[in-house]
Amino acid sequence: MMKTLSATFERFGGVMLLPVALALIAFLLIGRPSTWVTLTVAGLAMGMMIFLMASGLSLIFGLMDVLNFGHSAFVSFGAFIAASVLAFLGAWVSGGSAVLNIAALMAAIAAATAFGALAGWAFERVIVKPVYKDHLRQILITMGALIVADEIILTLWGGAPIPVPRPAVLTGSIVVGDVSIEIYRIFAFLLGLCVYVAMHFALNRTRIGLLVRAGVENREMVEALGFRIDRLFIAVFMAGSALAAMGGAMWAGYQSLITTAIGAEMMILVFIVVIIGGLGSIEGSLLGAILVGLMANYVAFLFPKMSLASNMILMMAILLWRPFGLKPAVKG
Amino acid sequence: MANAAILPGAVPAVSRRRQAGRFLVYAVVLAIGLALAFAPFLFPDVRAQEVAARICVFVVLVASYDLLIGYTGIVSFAHTMFFGLGAYGAAIALKAMGPGFDAIFFGGALGVLAAIVLAVLIGLLSLRVKAIFFAMVTLAAASVMMVLASQLSAITGGEDGMTFSVPRPFSPAQPLVTGEDGKALRLFGVALNGRVAHYYFVFVSSFLLFLVMMRIVASPLGTVLQAIRENEMRAEAIGYRVVAYRTAIFCIAAVIAALAGILRAVWLKYTGPDVVLSFDIMLDILLMVVIGGMGTLYGAVIGVAVMTLAQYYLKDVMAAGAAATADLPLLPDLLNPDRWLFWLGLVFILLVYFFPAGIAGTLMGKGGHK
Repeated sequence: MMKTLSATFERFGGVMLLPVALALIAFLLIGRPSTWVTLTVAGLAMGMMIFLMASGLSLIFGLMDVLNFGHSAFVSFGAFIAASVLAFLGAWVSGGSAVLNIAALMAAIAAATAFGALAGWAFERVIVKPVYKDHLRQILITMGALIVADEIILTLWGGAPIPVPRPAVLTGSIVVGDVSIEIYRIFAFLLGLCVYVAMHFALNRTRIGLLVRAGVENREMVEALGFRIDRLFIAVFMAGSALAAMGGAMWAGYQSLITTAIGAEMMILVFIVVIIGGLGSIEGSLLGAILVGLMANYVAFLFPKMSLASNMILMMAILLWRPFGLKPAVKG
Repeated sequence: MANAAILPGAVPAVSRRRQAGRFLVYAVVLAIGLALAFAPFLFPDVRAQEVAARICVFVVLVASYDLLIGYTGIVSFAHTMFFGLGAYGAAIALKAMGPGFDAIFFGGALGVLAAIVLAVLIGLLSLRVKAIFFAMVTLAAASVMMVLASQLSAITGGEDGMTFSVPRPFSPAQPLVTGEDGKALRLFGVALNGRVAHYYFVFVSSFLLFLVMMRIVASPLGTVLQAIRENEMRAEAIGYRVVAYRTAIFCIAAVIAALAGILRAVWLKYTGPDVVLSFDIMLDILLMVVIGGMGTLYGAVIGVAVMTLAQYYLKDVMAAGAAATADLPLLPDLLNPDRWLFWLGLVFILLVYFFPAGIAGTLMGKGGHK
């Protein structure tokens, strides 16, 4: 009985059904379709931004068994750099020309991403490389790096909240019937989707992707076949850090007022996503991120006080059901 | 070559250096212990008393964390959560039931109970998976506790925390020993009033808890824990149930942390997210245990003393440095006393690189364990 049930469950998409189920339950609880649509779109957009931050962390761990507790530093740096670039290009941002609006936003995101990649390279060489294969020291040293990075941000940008100007073309919302959807959310969702598709393609259709996936599955074997996993790892680390910075930049635009606490706030969500999704797989990260995004928005509407605790409970429940996450690439 | 080691009386140089280092560690710990034991008489001013009481409580807290990270190899970020449970338990009871030892006992017991329940839940749920999973789960749990404490403001006082009074014998107006003139008797120029009793309540409790932990690490349980740290598979193969042992030590550490939380609350007469739950406290604990030396309880004493003194004196040095470099770009900002964590973070990274065994571990000649 149990077996047929789980077989049916797998045939209809398995764990990928969870967000749909969550959305349906929320629909019944909320009752008003227009509110539900707004919340769902917000949840999806938030999920996509968290996915950007989480996917890199997940891959980094899967490939090299390195857990980077300093990952959120890239998120914060991305957010603050994007804010500074947008403030610098103030005339482009507030002007009426849609092209210049988009150009300013793209410049901000590109600056954040480029910084993420460069800083990721330096971080990997200086901080992470000396402590490969030593989990305790990895956790400690990346934690130390996080402290230093946070202090640098405080030194450069100060402790006061910083406003993030949003390009004029992305402000406001689209109204369909009695449903209003913020444009920025659609943009965030689409950007996240593009990144996911690109990553999916790179991992599944290219030779490097093949090596990354093989390395996640069994690093020694790939090395024994003569491939330099450590070089590949630097590339993955840079990409992961760049994505985190991009996510941070997007999140800064979404929040429109950022403080130095942004890294710590996002880190918790990113960890929850990585744990829920299972380490080493971007599909898992996407699934986890969407679940967390939807959950956060529904619960914030239905039971405001439970907001963060709800994701924690979600994580506990999923760990009880699947101790290694929903779609892990590595087990054990 | 081997003769030197075999000849009686001829101790190899390395071992002699280790012995000297070990004596140095014992001497330093003894000195810190004595300084704390007579703190009210040695350093009578209020600020120094604060520092001494903080060191007492944090020695317990950091040593209990060392049971996890140093002896068993468990990385948990939820230690402040247990610390906070104890502190809030005592605080809420003292506020609701009025100042009295029954309130401390009752509230503290509830806090400890909550800590045990949570520790068992988290332990059984996630100690069977990888160390890194566990670290993330505890981090998430701790942050949820922090949010709860600041949102349930009706009970916990929210962000502002709560102040309360402590039992009458701890008040400075209450003489401990009455002299002939009806006032508190003075010893070495220090009035023996409730403030001294207050401090010794904290000191003696901390001292007893520290002794308990010394006993735990010397017991068969402590040996099994170290075996698990060194080689988990082997410990399991020999027949020790690793998950059970890990959960047990996680609960023990949680209980001791909660007890330390009660002491902190009773000493401060205040409890709030910033002093017991915040992530900064967790970082402090982590820094203290690594600086002092993981895997030795003496390291915890040294780490706490060094860090706490640094927190008070490094800032003065930095303020002087910032004033001296005021004309240069960026440097004065980095030397701003508020940025002291930056330097501490750098020191921390260098320590983890070059002296993973910390001060006590390096002196006592323990290599960094993998």
